[in-house]
Amino acid sequence: MLETIIGKLSNPQEVFPYMYEPLSQQLIIFSMLGFIVLAGIAVVGGITYFKKWAYLWREWIVTVDHKRIGAMYLIVAFVMLFRGFVDAVMMRTQQALSSGDSYGYLVPQHFDQVFTAHGVIMIFFVAMPLMFAFFNWVVPLQIGARDVAFPVLNSLSFWLFVAGALLANVSLLIGDFSHAGWLAYPPFSEIAYSPTVGTDYYIWAVQISGIGSLMSGINFFVTILKMRCPGMTLMRMPIFTWTALCSSILIMIIFPVLTVALALLGFDRYMDMHFFTTNFGGDQMMYVNLVWIWGHPEVYVLVLPAFGIYSEVVATFSRKPLFGYATMVWATAVITILSFLVWAHHFFTMGAGADVNAVFGILTMIISIPTGVKIFNWLFTMYRGRITFTSPMYWLMGFFITFTIGGMTGVMLAVPGIDFQAHNSTFLVAHFHNTIIGGVVFGYFAGITYWFPKIFGFKLNERLGKCAFWCWLVGFFVAFVPVYILGGMGMTRRLYHYDASTGYQPYLIVAGIGAAIIALGVVFQVLQIIISIKNKNKKEYRDLTGDPWDGRTLEWAIASPPPFYNFAVDPVVKGIDAFWEQKEKGFNIQSNPKSEKLHYQDIHMPRNTAVGFVVGILAFIFSFAMIWHIWWLGIISLVATIGTLVIRSFNYDTDYYLKADEVERIEMQHQQELARAGL
Amino acid sequence: MRLIIAFIARFRLSRTLQKILFLLPLFFLAACRSGGATAPRGAIAASELDLIKFAVELMLIVVVPVIFMALWFGWRYREKNNAKYTPDWTHSTRLEIVWWSVPCIIILILGTVTWKTTHKLDPYQPLDSEVKPVNVEVISLDWKWLFIYPEYHIATINYLRLPEKTPINFKITAAAPMNSFIIPQLGGQIYAMTGMTTQLHLIADTPGVYTGFGANYSGVGFAGMRFDTEVTSDAQFKEWVKTIQVKPEKLTTTVFWNDLVPPSENNPVRYFGKADEGLFDSIVMHYMMPDSPALVHSTQP
Repeated sequence: MLETIIGKLSNPQEVFPYMYEPLSQQLIIFSMLGFIVLAGIAVVGGITYFKKWAYLWREWIVTVDHKRIGAMYLIVAFVMLFRGFVDAVMMRTQQALSSGDSYGYLVPQHFDQVFTAHGVIMIFFVAMPLMFAFFNWVVPLQIGARDVAFPVLNSLSFWLFVAGALLANVSLLIGDFSHAGWLAYPPFSEIAYSPTVGTDYYIWAVQISGIGSLMSGINFFVTILKMRCPGMTLMRMPIFTWTALCSSILIMIIFPVLTVALALLGFDRYMDMHFFTTNFGGDQMMYVNLVWIWGHPEVYVLVLPAFGIYSEVVATFSRKPLFGYATMVWATAVITILSFLVWAHHFFTMGAGADVNAVFGILTMIISIPTGVKIFNWLFTMYRGRITFTSPMYWLMGFFITFTIGGMTGVMLAVPGIDFQAHNSTFLVAHFHNTIIGGVVFGYFAGITYWFPKIFGFKLNERLGKCAFWCWLVGFFVAFVPVYILGGMGMTRRLYHYDASTGYQPYLIVAGIGAAIIALGVVFQVLQIIISIKNKNKKEYRDLTGDPWDGRTLEWAIASPPPFYNFAVDPVVKGIDAFWEQKEKGFNIQSNPKSEKLHYQDIHMPRNTAVGFVVGILAFIFSFAMIWHIWWLGIISLVATIGTLVIRSFNYDTDYYLKADEVERIEMQHQQELARAGL
Repeated sequence: MRLIIAFIARFRLSRTLQKILFLLPLFFLAACRSGGATAPRGAIAASELDLIKFAVELMLIVVVPVIFMALWFGWRYREKNNAKYTPDWTHSTRLEIVWWSVPCIIILILGTVTWKTTHKLDPYQPLDSEVKPVNVEVISLDWKWLFIYPEYHIATINYLRLPEKTPINFKITAAAPMNSFIIPQLGGQIYAMTGMTTQLHLIADTPGVYTGFGANYSGVGFAGMRFDTEVTSDAQFKEWVKTIQVKPEKLTTTVFWNDLVPPSENNPVRYFGKADEGLFDSIVMHYMMPDSPALVHSTQP
């Protein structure tokens, strides 16, 4: 009876598995719980004390403004980054301790969940939302648009992502998380070998946020193709927008594959089907293929926008247009296409013939050609430039050094003869951290510092930013050079414990020190944000002009933070670095001489709506019900979700016009502020 | 073109960089004392290490100049230096041809080498040798390795004995989630999967004890899936076979399913004086039959 009402929640061993583990494990769980509760009380209490609930609802939760959604993506991604980083530190400590007679401080089933959670969180709930934060912040502003093509869908995408992230974290306290690695290879992830709810948490968290990602991909694809301002042909788009376009195309093609792969795994687990089981003709190799057809392009989904950021940063701070714009566009397009043709290099060791392996190996290496070309183009943007070394430039320099090494080890792994040795070793682990930290993370940090004043109206503290950079750069090498070496020594990944005779321990201790140095970098970043917020009204932080870096593209042509309608008049673009050209020639945003008066018109705006938030909550309830087999709740929440969307489709009051007088009033007010500041 | 010559001329000045390059092999030397791919003891592993060295050296042709150029350009064109500034120079067909073609040539060379070595080092490729190969059947279990020597009708758990300078033909399957069979000092790995047979061909050149292990994570007992591979002379190997053949334990189908398949961690070495013929094939077939029951067990200890 109880089971029909609350499903698997009726079994305490499933709900609180850690209560049946050694005391040390409970201490870890409860300290985490204590931290979350305290943080929760602080946040909720703070909002109540300052009476900000109504404000939060009105201005943030129901918003469809792409800039606010972008800011929310950033905040959630940082919270998740903290979680993922704690996981990393736990792993490093466990491996540094667990040698010979010592078994570290984690039990194996806990350690297995930690490395799974680390991978899942860092890719799905940190890297992806950071990327969408940039898409939201930058793409509409760079193409001179007032919002994305589908603002409500955008809000829905965000709240589905939040629902997924929340699920992954609820598993900390209610039940357990997957222990099957970040890609949940069957048959290990099947019910026969993973009977707990952990894998179900994984499936639903990734599915729900994956649907959000797919919808965002569609949204930005349409936005970029349909909403560019007059004069902005495809070959005049800023490179970041180009990379966002390619990334969106990849998302639209690959995310359905992931959804299907996980759905099939779900059918196996929920309905006793046999797609990937060991028996009844299930084929585990099929899953491995499907998941990497998603997984390899996913790497490029993340890194292409980072390349876009480097392109913007290097041109701005070298005070030169990007070298070889057309080459850059074509290199990006080539990478986009090639990324679909290399997935089998993730399993050369699965027994495919030499012909197949060689073809996939060579195709993989070919990707390094357009990537190499990009690097040369960035270098020659710096050549004969006038470089200001702000912290985004520091991240770029760090990227050059780190990423070329990561690229080299990547091409090594693409050679099947080498991969037979390096596959599954810590050499591989070092390689992908080398490209993801050196390529994606450094790029995103550069992007945050670069566009922060645009979104929030004040700059981040440069000195602390540079301190953070040095910690990250040095910490990265201290943490991962030993991991490369361990790979050469034959250490395999995901190892809970090892013999003292292997000689791994000294290297793992050094790697742990590296993680600590990176942690110091994170501390500097937190300090950077706090100190910058405190001083945001001071002259050296405040960005009054909207153009703090002497930028080249349209986003710098408007105020920081931009008014909610972005552009008071439609910009008109005549070349690649549109804003730079306008500044050079003394033109206004419509590429006319400044003396010509701007004609304000009524602006068509979308109304805020709670539909995204409501569906996000319902999706969370639905997933939670499915995870715990509470079928009635699942049915109700699913019906409610569909109902919400149907009701929304009958709402015809979804937009309004902002009157031209009002636009002019806001613009004049801004002009007066500038005049008062003497600009 | 002048530009490129200028780079090369500058390149000589980078003493620190040369020092760093000199240090790189030292890192590898440090790793050589280990049981990994950097300390090969067989022809396959040796070729794989040669390939690693070749690939690294080839790619350093691009990597070193890139890192050097990044630092040099950054330093030379910093704002305060007042070096030459050409704010409108954004395109040079000649230069772009250079940096499309340099990586192209490198990848052409590496691609050719890849095509050849992938075929030469194909794990399914039997090794050329005058010596008659020894067959070993490998079964990955939760969480231990079972080795069957079909010619000698013996079997071992977590211990592998091989004769030196003799090609070894491994046939690999699993009765547990996917794993990967590797003895790095003898050569690379191949997956072990239920219902499938994969193959690996290795050879050991010098006697010694080399660590082998499961490389693909498979659950709580995964870290304990290590075994010693002892390589001895052929005579000593034959001797060893005889001592095992008199061991009392027998490996039958029943023993296999009831005693070995259920999960167990950190298993000690075990010897079976007699192993049922055809056991390996029956294990592979077991997972292809429609009526085989799923191996239900909890991963909680």
